Amino acid sequence: MSEAPLLELRGVSKRFVKTLDAAAKIARRLGANVREEVVHAVDGVDLAVRKGEVVGLVGESGCGKSTLGRLAAGLHPPSAGRRFWKGREVDALPPEEQRRVQLAIQMIFQDPYASLNPRMRVVDIVGEAAVVHGLVAREVQRDYVAECLGRVGLDPSLLRRFPHQFSGGQRARIGIARALAVRPEFLVCDEAVAALDVSIQAQVLNLFIRLREELGLTYLFISHDLGVVRHLSDRVVIMYLGRVVETAPTAEIYAQPNHPYTQALLAEIPRLDLRHKTFVAIRGEIPSPLAPPPGCHFHPRCPHAMPRCKIERPVLREIAPGRFSACHLNDAPAGVAPSAQTEVTA
Amino acid sequence: MSEPTLKVAGLRTHFFTRHGVVKAVDGVSFTVEPGKILGLVGESGSGKTMTGFSIIGLVDPPGRIVEGEIRLKGRDLRALAPAEWQAVRGDRIAMIFQDPMMTLNPVLRVDTQMIEAVRAHAAVSAEAARERAREALVRVGIPSPDERLVAYPHQFSGGMRQRVAIAIALINKPDLVIADEPTTALDVTIQGQILAEVQKLCRESGTALIWITHDLAVIAGLADEVCVMYAGKIVERGTVNQVLDSPLHPYTRGLLDSVPSRNRPGAPLRQIPGMTPSLLRLPEGCAFRERCARATETCLSEPPLYPLGDRQVRCFHPIHAEDEEPVV
Repeated sequence: MSEAPLLELRGVSKRFVKTLDAAAKIARRLGANVREEVVHAVDGVDLAVRKGEVVGLVGESGCGKSTLGRLAAGLHPPSAGRRFWKGREVDALPPEEQRRVQLAIQMIFQDPYASLNPRMRVVDIVGEAAVVHGLVAREVQRDYVAECLGRVGLDPSLLRRFPHQFSGGQRARIGIARALAVRPEFLVCDEAVAALDVSIQAQVLNLFIRLREELGLTYLFISHDLGVVRHLSDRVVIMYLGRVVETAPTAEIYAQPNHPYTQALLAEIPRLDLRHKTFVAIRGEIPSPLAPPPGCHFHPRCPHAMPRCKIERPVLREIAPGRFSACHLNDAPAGVAPSAQTEVTA
Repeated sequence: MSEPTLKVAGLRTHFFTRHGVVKAVDGVSFTVEPGKILGLVGESGSGKTMTGFSIIGLVDPPGRIVEGEIRLKGRDLRALAPAEWQAVRGDRIAMIFQDPMMTLNPVLRVDTQMIEAVRAHAAVSAEAARERAREALVRVGIPSPDERLVAYPHQFSGGMRQRVAIAIALINKPDLVIADEPTTALDVTIQGQILAEVQKLCRESGTALIWITHDLAVIAGLADEVCVMYAGKIVERGTVNQVLDSPLHPYTRGLLDSVPSRNRPGAPLRQIPGMTPSLLRLPEGCAFRERCARATETCLSEPPLYPLGDRQVRCFHPIHAEDEEPVV
């Protein structure tokens, strides 16, 4: 590998602790069985994103994909682990440079309704950060915002309007324009198209594809929609209960998922070409992240679970060039390996 | 042929607002046979939810059903008095909403709510009602139903709550269930489980189901027949194979084309230009005209719903199999 990745996370974890309030502390003094609740939202994840790459981060709700996105964007400080930008550790940089890194990584949020301040005009929503950080002078803010709006396919004459005067698809574009206004290199898109109608979703996805080409952007694209991720990403990372279970180039993971969870996930996607499908459910639900099962987190739902899976946490190992999977079955003698029996195309 | 479970003909539900009349549902007709699943597809604002609300009699002012016929097993639902509606709603017709918290009362235990649903429609003892509630939970795949019965809705996960809502909808073995995007808020693996159960229940009990959704892929696996709605009208109607394999209406075609899995990965998606028009300012003639590549001057007048074989399409220039490149 010649060049350092644009952004790299090494062994990052994020724990959320619900501290005890006064009443609970007293109750504990008196012998009640109350403890602090700890959620391991992200549990020792390594993630490297190269320049120009689009990495899709997939998982079900509660798997920690949004938290990982926020760790990558620097919105949450990690509880453990280190963050590198272009090969240099972010926390060790001088404050001036840290701020520059922060500007270079921007985030696009899921809800186009909640992520725009309803009392601000578009000209300020999009232009404020660029002015504050001295990227453009205040006098030219209007022209600059008009240019930003044009780039995301909005009519620049709308810049005096408020968010409520726009449709969902237009708001998503405003969110994108706001992120782009500070000239980032890296975008973390957290379910950026999930709230949109099919026809509008296609328009916004096309915008992402076009902007990537025009501005040379790198994306971490977080989604639960495997079809969207497949379309956009070069590489896919699958998460389950705070851990990465599999990562591989997009085409390979869809053609031959290795981890039983990935296989189940791909089998569950409703598909246009499957008619009168008899839906076969994977067993059970995602366990509570407050009390994840020991060993492999997926073992209570896994059709291939062995005694070992209940005790030992499988490590993410390279199973083929560029392909990583965290499953004990890959250690089993050949022939028993879970390599996909079925060709899955979403 | 037996009588259809539901017959809707020329249904119009309009909203009389300060800004004008919003024709949320504007001349919708379809039938659903017993044990069959009808997919009602459309984007937000297409009137698909209001169609469901009209059938179950839940349209609130300023909205009102202004015209049309709704018959459940031949019985005219529009002629029902409010007291008669109470006997039908929740008993013969049930509805499942997108957000199960809308259906479940957060301050009542699940058993209270389920027993109430049974005893509102049948003169049975509390014990018998409880037993039926327990069976209903088992039927939708909820483990340890006895413990779950005495729990409150907030103690359930999202998928479990939706199952409880489905169990309540099915508890009186209704003739018709209207499901309004019930799996949209759920994860794929949970969605798969719920689809599996709903499909089985309809097949076994002969309940007719209307599944309202914007997700064509869900419809593909589930439905028998599909109605595609745009701006308050059905623009295309046919069997699931007909509509998804050889769409006739340019809007249906556009919707199918914009699904990522139908496009080459990484390439720009084929998209429908523009956006859904406001129902207050619909273009004259065909409502899809301004976004349509096939539109001509003919489209300035309103297209009727043409019959084409056993399917229907509301378009002057339907797509024929021979004049287009095949669907990927």
